[in-house]
Amino acid sequence: MAIFLTEASKVIVQGMTGSEGMKHTTRMLASGTTVVGGVNPRKAGTSVSFPQGDGSEGTVDIPVFGSVAEAMEATGADVSVIFVPPAFTKSAVLEAVDAGMPLTVIITEGVPVADTAEFFTAAQAKGVRLIGPNCPGIISPGKSNVGIIPADITGPGKIGLVSKSGTLTYQMMYELRDFGFSTAIGIGGDPIIGTTHIDALAAFEADPETEAIVMIGEIGGDAEERAAEFIKANVTKPVVGYVAGFTAPEGKTMGHAGAIVSGSSGTAQAKKEALEAAGVKVGKTPSETADLMRQLMS
Amino acid sequence: MDLFEYQARDVFEKHGVPVLGGVVATTPEEARAAAEQLGGGTVVVKAQVKTGGRGKAGGVKLAHSPQEAEDRAREILGMDIKGHTVHRVMIAAGAKIAEEYYFSVLLDRAERRYLAMASVEGGVEIEQLAVERPEALARVAVDPLVGIDQAKAEEIVDAAGFAADIRDQVVETIQKLWTVYAEEDATLVEVNPLVKTEDGRIVALDGKVTLDGNADFRHPDHAALEDAESADPLEAQAKEHDLNYVKLDGSVGIIGNGAGLVMSTLDVVAYAGEAHGGVAPANFLDIGGGASAEIMAAGLDVILGDPQVKAVFVNVFGGITACDAVANGIVKALEILGDHATKPLVVRLDGNNVAEGRAILRAANHPLVTLADTMDGGADKAAQLAHAAAAV
Repeated sequence: MAIFLTEASKVIVQGMTGSEGMKHTTRMLASGTTVVGGVNPRKAGTSVSFPQGDGSEGTVDIPVFGSVAEAMEATGADVSVIFVPPAFTKSAVLEAVDAGMPLTVIITEGVPVADTAEFFTAAQAKGVRLIGPNCPGIISPGKSNVGIIPADITGPGKIGLVSKSGTLTYQMMYELRDFGFSTAIGIGGDPIIGTTHIDALAAFEADPETEAIVMIGEIGGDAEERAAEFIKANVTKPVVGYVAGFTAPEGKTMGHAGAIVSGSSGTAQAKKEALEAAGVKVGKTPSETADLMRQLMS
Repeated sequence: MDLFEYQARDVFEKHGVPVLGGVVATTPEEARAAAEQLGGGTVVVKAQVKTGGRGKAGGVKLAHSPQEAEDRAREILGMDIKGHTVHRVMIAAGAKIAEEYYFSVLLDRAERRYLAMASVEGGVEIEQLAVERPEALARVAVDPLVGIDQAKAEEIVDAAGFAADIRDQVVETIQKLWTVYAEEDATLVEVNPLVKTEDGRIVALDGKVTLDGNADFRHPDHAALEDAESADPLEAQAKEHDLNYVKLDGSVGIIGNGAGLVMSTLDVVAYAGEAHGGVAPANFLDIGGGASAEIMAAGLDVILGDPQVKAVFVNVFGGITACDAVANGIVKALEILGDHATKPLVVRLDGNNVAEGRAILRAANHPLVTLADTMDGGADKAAQLAHAAAAV
């Protein structure tokens, strides 16, 4: 099973012909992702050669389509991943949403929040899912990998991971590499994101392959507090948590656009307390968090 | 980025929001000239600081003549208000106020849309009003695809219970404030107070505007609104190199990749510091994905420019970033910095090409560099070194 992304997922890449798109399409293919096309109106009808995903000799030609709708029509794609600069992200996402793309993963960092608010609202109206922006993407190890998460950290397993941060996702996958993951999803560090902790928690709860969940949060907003309430009411699987940013000063944005303590709201302490009140074991460090999960799994 | 009140006033004026005359001054003499420019009558001298409570702190004073404006400005300039030094005052035209109201529109992170709030009980601390008399604060959701049009503005105004005689004026003003929000890529536009003058006009008397830095690419004019003067010099240096740096108070310099991992590194160093004399992180610095020698050198240069720093912890998990590239970056950065690099460096590398990365650092065998196997171990070593250096 896994969540949102399975071995059956057919992926197109918006921005495939750019340097980031080329680099990460190569990596996605190498980690077993079924990439069926790219989108670029100026290069429609051409194709791009990539090394074979399984490491064998020769290349695989991925066709380039003029629009997301054409790519879906021709390939049956059900996932799109976006590697375009911030100024062009809104139109790229709206194109995918308008075409009815069921899942769009937005890697781009630096998208104006007004643009995100607009395309999220449009996606909600259309009933399609967005992940990101400003996120590393999603990996169901051994099945499919969409975005920039390294596929070689660990393999398939029974832990589900949801995190606002990319590198903390990698760190936690590395700490728990002996166990592996059903799906690891980086939801992004922006003030508005398409998929929340709660969305991922609900999906992990429903996924028979996931036995336990790691949830990584950080300062800013109240998503973790809301997730804690959700866990208390709806999640029966064990959840282990980690929150970054205890030492962050008030009023300073810590790298992620959404990571800011405003007055007394959005602090790591408040998030930790809310999670603990919901029965979630919260580690003080990534390694302690991994230890808590290790105890649960063995 | 938060704007000063005078900048918010200018932005309001640009979009047709009714405001009173206001001129910014950085010296008492300029304040006098500003008061003369505004007609020589009664003015208000207002400290320009990005924090609340300036009235109570004595940062807002009435002046009945240009001479008084100069005298009051002399008193207010240089004042400290909650840790903010007053570098500027705004000389604002006086107004005869009949009633005070409140209006704001902001990003609603939880609902992933916008929220407009309005009250006919303005001029007070709005957080206090929201807690004590929530029924007096109208909260109306705003659809990002529609914004505040005539119908939405009427909904807000009626929900807040504005009186009939000013309803149309407030409806119009709120739509103009929405224009400010949308066209300037703001994440907050707040007017407190929005006032009715004795002659029945609606005026935005004090404004607070926060702009979205991610949208700077479509607002070249926003760069001029930056408050370079009050910025920490190290933060300013980091910004020149496009580095994501926040100055803190401790003695362990931190460099890492990815905002979450760097925040976590600060926490882990702070915990480790508990066993080493309470040393704490000196900064947040995210070098992001491309850890080239130049970026590493620029980052180290900023951190070593902080006299409080006694040791540095470089914590990198190579996802896309290859650890060998980071290791080469560190080696070359130390070459570039030469004698300027004087503090011990603890380096923890994991992930993509970690074996090659560690081998490069071992081969370089730089006297300042210690390799750590884990994040916890590296944090502990760096805290220990910082504590030992401070004791000397």
